[in-house]
Amino acid sequence: MLKSTAAALVLATILPATAFAECVEVTQGNITVSAAWSRATIGTERPAVFYVTIRNDGGSDERLVGIETPVADMPMLHESVMENGAARMSHVDQIVIAPIDAVSLEPGGYHGMLMDLQTELVEGTTFPVTLLFEKSGPVTIDTAVLPLRAREAACEEAL
Amino acid sequence: MLKNIRIALWVAVAVALVGVGALLWHADRQEQAAAFKPEFSLPDEAGTIHTAADFRGKHVLVFFGFTNCPDICPTTMAEVAQVMDDLGPEAAEVQPVFISVDPVRDRESGLGEYLEAFHPSILGLAGDEAATQAAVGSFKVFGERHEDASAPGGYTMSHSSSLYLLGPRGDWLRQFEYGTPADDITADLKERL
Repeated sequence: MLKSTAAALVLATILPATAFAECVEVTQGNITVSAAWSRATIGTERPAVFYVTIRNDGGSDERLVGIETPVADMPMLHESVMENGAARMSHVDQIVIAPIDAVSLEPGGYHGMLMDLQTELVEGTTFPVTLLFEKSGPVTIDTAVLPLRAREAACEEAL
Repeated sequence: MLKNIRIALWVAVAVALVGVGALLWHADRQEQAAAFKPEFSLPDEAGTIHTAADFRGKHVLVFFGFTNCPDICPTTMAEVAQVMDDLGPEAAEVQPVFISVDPVRDRESGLGEYLEAFHPSILGLAGDEAATQAAVGSFKVFGERHEDASAPGGYTMSHSSSLYLLGPRGDWLRQFEYGTPADDITADLKERL
Protein backbone atom coordinates (compact mmCIF):
# COMPACT_ATOMS: atom_id res chain seq x y z
CA MET A 1 0.00 0.00 0.00
CA LEU A 2 2.79 2.37 0.95
CA LYS A 3 4.85 1.23 -2.06
CA SER A 4 2.04 1.95 -4.54
CA THR A 5 1.34 5.29 -2.88
CA ALA A 6 5.00 6.17 -3.22
CA ALA A 7 4.94 5.09 -6.85
CA ALA A 8 1.83 7.17 -7.44
CA LEU A 9 3.48 10.20 -5.85
CA VAL A 10 6.56 9.79 -8.04
CA LEU A 11 4.40 9.55 -11.14
CA ALA A 12 2.34 12.52 -10.01
CA THR A 13 5.45 14.66 -9.91
CA ILE A 14 7.02 13.36 -13.11
CA LEU A 15 3.97 13.27 -15.38
CA PRO A 16 3.15 17.01 -15.23
CA ALA A 17 6.75 17.71 -16.23
CA THR A 18 6.26 15.71 -19.38
CA ALA A 19 3.18 17.75 -20.24
CA PHE A 20 5.45 20.63 -21.21
CA ALA A 21 7.87 18.34 -22.94
CA GLU A 22 10.92 19.51 -24.76
CA CYS A 23 10.33 20.42 -28.37
CA VAL A 24 10.88 17.74 -30.96
CA GLU A 25 14.08 18.65 -32.78
CA VAL A 26 15.54 17.37 -36.01
CA THR A 27 19.10 18.23 -37.06
CA GLN A 28 20.53 17.73 -40.51
CA GLY A 29 23.86 19.24 -41.39
CA ASN A 30 23.94 22.76 -40.03
CA ILE A 31 20.18 23.05 -39.78
CA THR A 32 18.09 22.28 -36.70
CA VAL A 33 14.34 22.34 -37.06
CA SER A 34 12.20 22.39 -33.92
CA ALA A 35 8.88 23.30 -32.30
CA ALA A 36 6.73 22.51 -35.32
CA TRP A 37 3.07 23.21 -34.54
CA SER A 38 -0.25 23.80 -36.18
CA ARG A 39 -3.81 24.58 -35.12
CA ALA A 40 -6.75 22.20 -35.21
CA THR A 41 -9.20 22.66 -38.06
CA ILE A 42 -12.94 22.23 -38.39
CA GLY A 43 -13.26 20.00 -41.43
CA THR A 44 -10.99 20.50 -44.42
CA GLU A 45 -12.49 23.56 -46.12
CA ARG A 46 -10.16 26.16 -44.64
CA PRO A 47 -6.39 26.22 -45.05
CA ALA A 48 -4.37 25.06 -42.06
CA VAL A 49 -1.33 26.85 -40.70
CA PHE A 50 2.23 25.67 -40.03
CA TYR A 51 4.74 27.25 -37.66
CA VAL A 52 8.29 26.12 -36.85
CA THR A 53 11.68 27.35 -35.64
CA ILE A 54 14.77 26.91 -37.81
CA ARG A 55 18.32 27.39 -36.57
CA ASN A 56 21.31 27.69 -38.89
CA ASP A 57 24.61 26.84 -37.20
CA GLY A 58 26.58 27.03 -40.41
CA GLY A 59 28.76 29.77 -41.86
CA SER A 60 26.60 30.79 -44.77
CA ASP A 61 22.95 31.55 -45.63
CA GLU A 62 20.50 28.72 -45.87
CA ARG A 63 17.19 29.06 -47.68
CA LEU A 64 13.88 27.37 -47.00
CA VAL A 65 12.39 27.07 -50.47
CA GLY A 66 9.25 25.06 -49.81
CA ILE A 67 7.34 22.64 -47.63
CA GLU A 68 5.59 19.37 -48.33
CA THR A 69 3.13 17.39 -46.30
CA PRO A 70 0.73 14.52 -46.87
CA VAL A 71 -2.09 16.45 -45.13
CA ALA A 72 -2.28 19.22 -47.73
CA ASP A 73 -1.90 19.23 -51.49
CA MET A 74 -0.91 22.86 -51.83
CA PRO A 75 1.35 23.91 -48.98
CA MET A 76 2.96 27.31 -49.46
CA LEU A 77 5.15 29.75 -47.60
CA HIS A 78 3.48 33.04 -46.72
CA GLU A 79 4.26 36.14 -44.77
CA SER A 80 1.78 38.30 -42.84
CA VAL A 81 2.68 41.92 -43.32
CA MET A 82 1.21 44.79 -41.33
CA GLU A 83 1.22 48.12 -43.12
CA ASN A 84 -0.50 51.16 -41.64
CA GLY A 85 -2.73 48.99 -39.50
CA ALA A 86 -3.86 46.77 -42.36
CA ALA A 87 -2.80 43.15 -42.59
CA ARG A 88 -2.03 41.32 -45.75
CA MET A 89 -0.70 37.87 -46.45
CA SER A 90 1.75 37.40 -49.30
CA HIS A 91 3.22 34.32 -50.84
CA VAL A 92 7.02 34.13 -50.44
CA ASP A 93 9.36 32.00 -52.54
CA GLN A 94 11.93 31.47 -49.88
CA ILE A 95 12.86 32.26 -46.32
CA VAL A 96 16.49 33.05 -45.62
CA ILE A 97 18.15 31.87 -42.45
CA ALA A 98 21.41 33.74 -41.95
CA PRO A 99 24.49 32.07 -40.46
CA ILE A 100 24.41 31.52 -36.70
CA ASP A 101 20.84 32.73 -36.64
CA ALA A 102 17.38 31.32 -36.06
CA VAL A 103 14.18 32.16 -37.87
CA SER A 104 10.72 31.31 -36.64
CA LEU A 105 7.62 30.83 -38.67
CA GLU A 106 5.22 32.24 -36.08
CA PRO A 107 1.90 34.09 -35.68
CA GLY A 108 2.04 37.51 -37.33
CA GLY A 109 5.04 36.72 -39.51
CA TYR A 110 6.22 33.96 -41.76
CA HIS A 111 4.00 30.90 -41.77
CA GLY A 112 3.15 27.90 -43.86
CA MET A 113 -0.31 27.95 -45.38
CA LEU A 114 -1.55 24.43 -45.91
CA MET A 115 -4.13 24.71 -48.68
CA ASP A 116 -6.19 21.93 -50.20
CA LEU A 117 -6.31 20.25 -46.84
CA GLN A 118 -6.86 16.53 -47.25
CA THR A 119 -7.56 15.61 -43.67
CA GLU A 120 -9.04 17.46 -40.72
CA LEU A 121 -6.35 18.37 -38.20
CA VAL A 122 -7.35 17.00 -34.82
CA GLU A 123 -6.03 18.50 -31.60
CA GLY A 124 -3.50 16.21 -29.91
CA THR A 125 -2.37 14.44 -33.07
CA THR A 126 0.75 15.02 -35.15
CA PHE A 127 1.48 15.02 -38.85
CA PRO A 128 4.77 15.13 -40.76
CA VAL A 129 6.00 18.19 -42.63
CA THR A 130 9.06 18.12 -44.85
CA LEU A 131 10.99 21.37 -45.07
CA LEU A 132 12.92 21.78 -48.30
CA PHE A 133 16.24 23.53 -47.79
CA GLU A 134 18.39 24.70 -50.65
CA LYS A 135 21.63 23.34 -49.20
CA SER A 136 20.69 20.95 -46.44
CA GLY A 137 18.05 19.12 -48.41
CA PRO A 138 14.70 17.91 -47.10
CA VAL A 139 14.16 17.73 -43.34
CA THR A 140 11.05 16.06 -41.99
CA ILE A 141 9.58 16.91 -38.60
CA ASP A 142 6.49 15.84 -36.68
CA THR A 143 4.10 18.75 -36.29
CA ALA A 144 1.93 18.96 -33.16
CA VAL A 145 -1.71 19.90 -33.67
CA LEU A 146 -2.66 22.36 -30.93
CA PRO A 147 -6.10 23.79 -30.10
CA LEU A 148 -7.53 26.38 -32.47
CA ARG A 149 -6.99 28.90 -29.68
CA ALA A 150 -3.24 28.26 -29.44
CA ARG A 151 -0.98 31.28 -29.79
CA GLU A 152 2.41 29.64 -29.44
CA ALA A 153 4.17 26.28 -29.43
CA ALA A 154 3.30 24.11 -26.45
CA CYS A 155 6.74 22.67 -25.97
CA GLU A 156 9.87 24.06 -24.39
CA GLU A 157 12.93 24.76 -26.47
CA ALA A 158 15.91 22.66 -25.43
CA LEU A 159 18.21 25.56 -26.27
CA MET B 1 4.33 106.04 -21.23
CA LEU B 2 1.39 104.81 -19.15
CA LYS B 3 -0.79 104.97 -22.22
CA ASN B 4 1.59 102.62 -24.05
CA ILE B 5 1.59 100.19 -21.18
CA ARG B 6 -2.18 100.26 -21.14
CA ILE B 7 -2.33 99.58 -24.87
CA ALA B 8 0.19 96.77 -24.51
CA LEU B 9 -1.89 95.23 -21.73
CA TRP B 10 -5.07 95.39 -23.77
CA VAL B 11 -3.24 93.73 -26.65
CA ALA B 12 -2.12 91.03 -24.24
CA VAL B 13 -5.73 90.55 -23.14
CA ALA B 14 -6.86 90.26 -26.76
CA VAL B 15 -4.14 87.72 -27.50
CA ALA B 16 -5.10 85.72 -24.41
CA LEU B 17 -8.75 85.71 -25.41
CA VAL B 18 -7.87 84.50 -28.89
CA GLY B 19 -5.61 81.86 -27.36
CA VAL B 20 -8.27 80.56 -24.98
CA GLY B 21 -10.83 80.60 -27.75
CA ALA B 22 -8.54 78.51 -29.93
CA LEU B 23 -7.92 76.03 -27.13
CA LEU B 24 -11.63 75.67 -26.43
CA TRP B 25 -12.38 75.18 -30.10
CA HIS B 26 -9.65 72.57 -30.35
CA ALA B 27 -10.92 70.74 -27.27
CA ASP B 28 -14.40 70.82 -28.69
CA ARG B 29 -13.14 69.33 -31.94
CA GLN B 30 -11.37 66.60 -29.98
CA GLU B 31 -14.54 65.81 -28.08
CA GLN B 32 -16.42 65.61 -31.34
CA ALA B 33 -13.81 63.22 -32.67
CA ALA B 34 -14.07 61.13 -29.52
CA ALA B 35 -17.83 60.96 -29.91
CA PHE B 36 -17.41 59.16 -33.24
CA LYS B 37 -19.93 56.33 -33.18
CA PRO B 38 -19.30 53.66 -35.78
CA GLU B 39 -22.35 51.82 -37.04
CA PHE B 40 -23.08 48.41 -38.41
CA SER B 41 -26.19 46.49 -39.34
CA LEU B 42 -25.34 42.92 -40.17
CA PRO B 43 -26.93 39.50 -39.81
CA ASP B 44 -25.56 36.68 -37.73
CA GLU B 45 -25.55 33.12 -38.97
CA ALA B 46 -29.21 32.66 -38.05
CA GLY B 47 -30.14 35.73 -40.06
CA THR B 48 -30.90 38.00 -37.11
CA ILE B 49 -29.76 41.54 -37.77
CA HIS B 50 -27.51 43.10 -35.13
CA THR B 51 -26.60 46.75 -34.94
CA ALA B 52 -24.15 48.67 -32.79
CA ALA B 53 -27.15 50.08 -30.89
CA ASP B 54 -28.06 46.58 -29.70
CA PHE B 55 -25.05 46.62 -27.42
CA ARG B 56 -25.54 49.93 -25.67
CA GLY B 57 -24.51 49.53 -22.06
CA LYS B 58 -21.73 47.12 -22.90
CA HIS B 59 -18.23 47.59 -24.17
CA VAL B 60 -17.91 46.08 -27.65
CA LEU B 61 -14.70 44.62 -29.09
CA VAL B 62 -14.90 44.53 -32.88
CA PHE B 63 -12.59 42.70 -35.24
CA PHE B 64 -12.79 42.64 -39.03
CA GLY B 65 -11.45 39.40 -40.46
CA PHE B 66 -12.19 36.33 -42.52
CA THR B 67 -12.03 32.68 -41.56
CA ASN B 68 -9.83 31.52 -44.42
CA CYS B 69 -7.09 33.58 -42.84
CA PRO B 70 -4.86 31.01 -41.12
CA ASP B 71 -2.54 33.32 -39.20
CA ILE B 72 -3.65 36.79 -38.05
CA CYS B 73 -7.35 36.16 -37.52
CA PRO B 74 -7.04 33.01 -35.39
CA THR B 75 -4.28 34.64 -33.37
CA THR B 76 -6.41 37.70 -32.65
CA MET B 77 -9.50 35.63 -31.86
CA ALA B 78 -7.35 33.58 -29.47
CA GLU B 79 -6.33 36.78 -27.68
CA VAL B 80 -9.99 37.85 -27.48
CA ALA B 81 -10.92 34.43 -26.08
CA GLN B 82 -8.21 34.76 -23.44
CA VAL B 83 -9.47 38.22 -22.50
CA MET B 84 -13.05 36.96 -22.12
CA ASP B 85 -11.81 34.12 -19.91
CA ASP B 86 -9.64 36.41 -17.81
CA LEU B 87 -12.40 38.96 -17.24
CA GLY B 88 -14.34 36.41 -15.24
CA PRO B 89 -17.73 37.75 -14.13
CA GLU B 90 -17.00 41.12 -15.77
CA ALA B 91 -17.03 39.38 -19.14
CA ALA B 92 -20.80 39.84 -19.15
CA GLU B 93 -20.19 43.56 -19.74
CA VAL B 94 -18.11 43.00 -22.87
CA GLN B 95 -19.34 41.82 -26.26
CA PRO B 96 -16.79 40.59 -28.80
CA VAL B 97 -17.95 40.87 -32.40
CA PHE B 98 -16.32 39.39 -35.50
CA ILE B 99 -17.35 41.13 -38.71
CA SER B 100 -16.51 39.13 -41.79
CA VAL B 101 -14.92 40.95 -44.68
CA ASP B 102 -15.40 37.78 -46.75
CA PRO B 103 -19.04 37.12 -45.87
CA VAL B 104 -20.13 34.82 -48.69
CA ARG B 105 -17.36 32.31 -48.12
CA ASP B 106 -17.58 32.63 -44.33
CA ARG B 107 -21.33 32.03 -44.29
CA GLU B 108 -20.84 28.93 -46.45
CA SER B 109 -18.14 27.47 -44.25
CA GLY B 110 -19.92 28.00 -40.91
CA LEU B 111 -18.93 31.18 -39.12
CA GLY B 112 -20.62 30.35 -35.82
CA GLU B 113 -18.94 26.99 -35.39
CA TYR B 114 -15.54 28.49 -36.14
CA LEU B 115 -15.87 31.36 -33.65
CA GLU B 116 -17.34 29.11 -30.97
CA ALA B 117 -14.14 27.10 -31.03
CA PHE B 118 -12.42 30.22 -29.68
CA HIS B 119 -15.08 31.43 -27.26
CA PRO B 120 -18.86 31.03 -27.12
CA SER B 121 -19.36 34.75 -26.55
CA ILE B 122 -17.90 35.88 -29.88
CA LEU B 123 -20.70 37.00 -32.18
CA GLY B 124 -20.05 36.42 -35.87
CA LEU B 125 -21.65 38.76 -38.39
CA ALA B 126 -21.62 38.31 -42.16
CA GLY B 127 -23.80 40.50 -44.36
CA ASP B 128 -24.12 41.27 -48.02
CA GLU B 129 -21.55 43.33 -49.88
CA ALA B 130 -23.33 46.63 -49.29
CA ALA B 131 -23.82 46.14 -45.55
CA THR B 132 -20.24 44.92 -45.17
CA GLN B 133 -18.82 47.92 -47.02
CA ALA B 134 -21.05 50.19 -44.92
CA ALA B 135 -19.61 48.74 -41.71
CA VAL B 136 -16.05 48.92 -43.02
CA GLY B 137 -16.62 52.53 -44.03
CA SER B 138 -18.30 53.47 -40.77
CA PHE B 139 -15.42 52.15 -38.72
CA LYS B 140 -13.05 53.86 -41.12
CA VAL B 141 -11.18 50.60 -41.47
CA PHE B 142 -9.88 48.83 -44.48
CA GLY B 143 -11.07 45.71 -46.23
CA GLU B 144 -10.05 44.86 -49.75
CA ARG B 145 -10.00 41.77 -51.90
CA HIS B 146 -6.90 40.81 -53.88
CA GLU B 147 -6.82 38.32 -56.67
CA ASP B 148 -4.11 35.84 -55.82
CA ALA B 149 -3.82 32.58 -57.70
CA SER B 150 -1.76 31.07 -54.91
CA ALA B 151 -4.52 31.55 -52.32
CA PRO B 152 -7.52 29.27 -51.75
CA GLY B 153 -10.39 30.29 -54.02
CA GLY B 154 -7.98 32.47 -55.98
CA TYR B 155 -8.12 35.50 -53.72
CA THR B 156 -7.16 36.80 -50.30
CA MET B 157 -8.28 39.75 -48.22
CA SER B 158 -6.36 42.69 -46.87
CA HIS B 159 -7.98 44.00 -43.75
CA SER B 160 -7.39 46.14 -40.75
CA SER B 161 -5.73 43.99 -38.18
CA SER B 162 -6.71 45.93 -35.08
CA LEU B 163 -9.34 45.29 -32.43
CA TYR B 164 -11.73 48.21 -32.03
CA LEU B 165 -13.25 49.09 -28.66
CA LEU B 166 -16.62 50.82 -28.43
CA GLY B 167 -17.98 52.16 -25.16
CA PRO B 168 -21.39 51.66 -23.55
CA ARG B 169 -22.77 54.71 -25.37
CA GLY B 170 -21.50 53.40 -28.70
CA ASP B 171 -18.57 55.76 -29.04
CA TRP B 172 -15.24 54.61 -30.40
CA LEU B 173 -12.81 54.50 -27.47
CA ARG B 174 -9.59 53.10 -28.88
CA GLN B 175 -8.05 50.38 -30.93
CA PHE B 176 -5.66 47.64 -29.95
CA GLU B 177 -2.99 47.02 -32.58
CA TYR B 178 -2.49 43.48 -33.82
CA GLY B 179 -0.29 41.61 -31.38
CA THR B 180 -1.40 43.48 -28.26
CA PRO B 181 -1.17 40.77 -25.59
CA ALA B 182 -4.40 39.59 -24.04
CA ASP B 183 -3.16 40.69 -20.61
CA ASP B 184 -2.83 44.29 -21.78
CA ILE B 185 -6.30 44.29 -23.28
CA THR B 186 -7.76 42.75 -20.12
CA ALA B 187 -6.02 45.33 -17.94
CA ASP B 188 -7.33 48.17 -20.08
CA LEU B 189 -10.88 46.82 -20.02
CA LYS B 190 -10.85 46.25 -16.28
CA GLU B 191 -10.05 49.91 -15.77
CA ARG B 192 -13.09 50.88 -17.78
CA LEU B 193 -15.60 48.39 -16.40
